[in-house]
Amino acid sequence: MTAADIAVSAKKVRPTDHRSASRWLMAATITILCLWVLVPIYLILVNTLSSPEEVTSWPRQFFPSFDLGSVTFFANYQGVARALLNSVIVAVMTMVFSIGLGAPAGYALARFDFPGKNVFRVVVLMTRAFPLPLLALPLAIMFIQIGLDDTRFGLALVHTMLAMPFAILITASLFMGIPYELEEAAWTLGCNRFTAFVKVVLPLVMPGIAASAVFAFVISWNEVFAAAVLTIQNRTLTAFLLTSLNEAPLALKFAGGAVLVLPALFFLFAVRKYLFAMWGIANR
Amino acid sequence: MAEIKIKGVEKRFASFTALHSIDLTVKDQEFLVLLGASGCGKTTLLRLIAGLDFATEGEIQIGGKRVNELPPRSREIAMVFQNYAVFPHLTVFDNIGFGLRMKKMPSDQIRQKVTKAAEMMHIEQLLERYSGQLSGGQRQRVAVARALAMEPEVLLMDEPLSNLDALLRMEMRAELKGVLQESKTTTIYVTHDQVEAMSMADRIAVMHGGHIIQAASPISVYRDPASRFVGGFIGNPPMNFLPAKRSNGHWTAAGVAFDGPSVDKETIEFAIRPEDLDPSDTGLSGRVRVVEPLGAHQLVTMDVDGHLFRAVLESDLPIGSGETITLAPKPDRIRWFDPDSENALQ
Repeated sequence: MTAADIAVSAKKVRPTDHRSASRWLMAATITILCLWVLVPIYLILVNTLSSPEEVTSWPRQFFPSFDLGSVTFFANYQGVARALLNSVIVAVMTMVFSIGLGAPAGYALARFDFPGKNVFRVVVLMTRAFPLPLLALPLAIMFIQIGLDDTRFGLALVHTMLAMPFAILITASLFMGIPYELEEAAWTLGCNRFTAFVKVVLPLVMPGIAASAVFAFVISWNEVFAAAVLTIQNRTLTAFLLTSLNEAPLALKFAGGAVLVLPALFFLFAVRKYLFAMWGIANR
Repeated sequence: MAEIKIKGVEKRFASFTALHSIDLTVKDQEFLVLLGASGCGKTTLLRLIAGLDFATEGEIQIGGKRVNELPPRSREIAMVFQNYAVFPHLTVFDNIGFGLRMKKMPSDQIRQKVTKAAEMMHIEQLLERYSGQLSGGQRQRVAVARALAMEPEVLLMDEPLSNLDALLRMEMRAELKGVLQESKTTTIYVTHDQVEAMSMADRIAVMHGGHIIQAASPISVYRDPASRFVGGFIGNPPMNFLPAKRSNGHWTAAGVAFDGPSVDKETIEFAIRPEDLDPSDTGLSGRVRVVEPLGAHQLVTMDVDGHLFRAVLESDLPIGSGETITLAPKPDRIRWFDPDSENALQ
């Protein structure tokens, strides 16, 4: 081997080494992140689909026995049905409010130039900068003063505040994706601003709006802190489970966890494309 | 069928004036082309007529009626957009029928008008398709058919062919001209492509810096440019310009004396089109820099008296770079411009 050959082979080896090392690191990171998310979900599922006796027994099984005992127990537990209903109602209200208010704001951000537009954009995000515990107590006091405490409507308002920044930013990016020319063409073809929006823009952004509505639903569905602080009689499922953690048997917690996690997971998976779009990540 | 009158129209954006006091009349059934480089205000003017933007000052009339305050839907116009703006969620049929449906026309009439417009643009076999399944040229046809189906008083077209490839553009140009002649609709057509303007227009309005510099028939815009700008902008290659000095009753350009206009100036500009030059023993002489054969003709780029000068000559003339040649301008094709105002001199 000549010196030149060695130099060549060294050149060939080094980048490969480097690449495979970074690939290993990447694979390891991905594996850890996946396990981080999947193992708890797996444990919840296994325990939910086992009988209450198996849940408390030792050793644990890796495969569920597909016994519906835990689920039945959970479904019949005092207060669960009501909490579940509350969760659904509050989440639906959150969904309606945050789209009803957020989509017009998103449209304004996408289509109009107005003074303070960038400030508005930042302020929208800033609402998420304050930790909820900081806001929850003053809010609770204010809600008591105006009689909104312990109501589904009051809780939905708080959840709307949490969901709306996302609703605004997601819908703004949706509207920006619709060429303005399409609306102008509709105007020349006999539409006013409103009919052009309904006949041209809305059908085109509908899937995205639906996605952002689902996202608002999930935010409300998963929210526990405000729900626990602001409600007593009208507990949502998350707050109900949190407050009954000490007294409830293990099987109830797992089954409750599954009921909370599965819809959220399913919905988010269904709308992932639009959520990625918000952050400008292409999903191919 | 309507006349368009534009009187003293100005458009200002915050600190920028896009249009300076535009006066223009487009006759009934006329095909007017607004021609200019990008940023000259031609699209702004079209959008003012369409009602997509509003004039800061002045009046716009369509068919004798002031339309300044009217929204686009009440102006009896139809518009073809640069990017076609074919609605992606509707079929071609529903796209063409969109405006008719907004007019609440009965569906058998819609069907009949859509079919007629589609036949005019040769897209009757595409009626069930969506825009995603169409090529650029087909989308263009849908956009034109959609505008024609409205049977508007005025048809506005904003660079409708600029997104097509060269061959398709040439084909569509001829076809569009035929269709529009047949429909007898007053048309304003915006383009930056002078070949398009020349070949389609009844009249060309050349725009520059927010002004209409000249509005005349294609031939007179070409032969008798109203200003130095028009001469330099229209024609490929553009007009040649040389400074001319007064010398005992004549004007001398590059050492050659010409009869010119009688104006009270010491220096004016001599102008001649590259194809209006003939090889001769006496005339403008210069050293040839580049010879480009173009088939029927050859484009000769040369130095005349230190100025860039182009000539389009018969391709069988033996000319090589580095040679010195002499060209005689055709006397009736010489034009003169005022170097200060840039306007043509008679």
